Amino acid sequence: MIFDWSFFWHYLLRPSSVYLNGLWLTLSISVIAQGLGTLLGLFLALARVSRSRLLQVPARVFIWGMRGTPLLVQIIFIYTGLAAANIFRFEDINLGFVTLPGNIQAGILALSLNEAAYMAEIIRAGITSVDVGQTEAAKSLGMTYPLYMRRIILPQAARVVIPPLGNEFNGMLKNTTLLSVIGVPELLLATQMVTSATFRVFELYLVVACYYLTLTTLWGLVQQRLEQRFGEPANASPTEIGSAGFRRLFRFGQLGDPR
Amino acid sequence: MKSVSAIAPIIVAAQKVEKQFGRLQVLKGIDLTVRKGEVVVIVGASGSGKTTFIRCLNHLEKIEKGRIEVNGHLIGYREKNGILIEDSERNIARQRCEIGMVFQRFNLFPHLTALENIIEAPVHVRKIPRQEALRVGRALLARVGLAEKENSYPAQLSGGQQQRVAIARALAMRPALMLFDEPTSALDPEMIGEVLDVMKELAREGMTMIVVSHEMGFAREVANRMLMMHDGRIIEDAPPERFFTAPVHERTQTFLSRVIGKSA
Repeated sequence: MIFDWSFFWHYLLRPSSVYLNGLWLTLSISVIAQGLGTLLGLFLALARVSRSRLLQVPARVFIWGMRGTPLLVQIIFIYTGLAAANIFRFEDINLGFVTLPGNIQAGILALSLNEAAYMAEIIRAGITSVDVGQTEAAKSLGMTYPLYMRRIILPQAARVVIPPLGNEFNGMLKNTTLLSVIGVPELLLATQMVTSATFRVFELYLVVACYYLTLTTLWGLVQQRLEQRFGEPANASPTEIGSAGFRRLFRFGQLGDPR
Repeated sequence: MKSVSAIAPIIVAAQKVEKQFGRLQVLKGIDLTVRKGEVVVIVGASGSGKTTFIRCLNHLEKIEKGRIEVNGHLIGYREKNGILIEDSERNIARQRCEIGMVFQRFNLFPHLTALENIIEAPVHVRKIPRQEALRVGRALLARVGLAEKENSYPAQLSGGQQQRVAIARALAMRPALMLFDEPTSALDPEMIGEVLDVMKELAREGMTMIVVSHEMGFAREVANRMLMMHDGRIIEDAPPERFFTAPVHERTQTFLSRVIGKSA
């Protein structure tokens, strides 16, 4: 086996513009899809816990379908399948400063929809973890559903939602590689393009693996900080975490200085 | 105990209230009129329906039959061609602003400080300016003896302190009626007194109160009326002096001998 170290180091430390562009696409697609997926997941979760069957059933069916089929199939179906059936064709959109290609739109849509199904279950678990007494107290004070959801229930659910949300984003960073099949030049496809020109498959895939590892490691550090702030056990007594820790744990709109 | 004039305005008017959980009928026709300034203490064995009844008064529970009016407003329902249909969420919420409730398990919002708990509903429901709400909130905290705890989170407070904050939170909405659902039964014995003191003070100031509690000392001191519930009905309704010394119903006698025997 011949491993070309100088080639490896060159691509790892001084990546070409194709690589940097791929890295940028991977990151921005992940952030946008996670954001949209979380938002849609929130609405799906609210529909799932609602008492109206009219909301509950469609949400259930959507989650069932999205979690029950492979993401790769969903991506190809949305981009290629819909176009082939003449149902919908993703066209490039000119946003003025940048053109958003059709395949990236389709990719973001597929990742968001898929993510929404998983986030819906995570957020639902968060909502149901909040004691019913909280809802009763809020109602008895004259609060309506939108108000007590936003002000009372969701802030408490956040503590349960944030650790798995971090794991989801870790998965999202890696799932973007699937978009290579519809021609989105993210990190993996960028690598494939370079390998087809250089035939240095072993070195380049090792480089791309290092890139993903760097991304997920950096994210892991962010996640640790998030969990320190939100993920502490609710039943820990204040003397254990200390007054300052408790303020940090529940810092949503504070008044004045903590004592 | 203070006397309440028989011509004081009616705050609660419940007529033939019936409530079912599945096939189990928990309220079998409750009639109750409470006038402004009255303190009514409800006792009864567990399962007699006393907690369910006061939860119906602010529509935390639906009722199957009968009607409930608080401060002149029909609660939870509106009348259409002589039949009652459930009211909109917005209207029910508006009716609940008039009715404060204190829960057995306090139910303070754990992500908000004591003061934030108190001003939450005045600011976001009553739309009172924040500065004004803060001023009133601090005054209420002082009134329940917790002025120095305004920045504490519920988990940093003792049970008795939490319940006092919960009372202040309910009072911040300026309710016409206060409901207490076993407010001291989740407390350690040494903390019961501080909560009862706040409630006694409130009673002396003329608040209309319905209290589900087995604190007989409290009842003797401040109640105008004692109700005994059994099996979904009110079986005794008497002023405390008669209730404790000469109860009419045999079940009340056995209940009293058990409760008072235990607390003596």
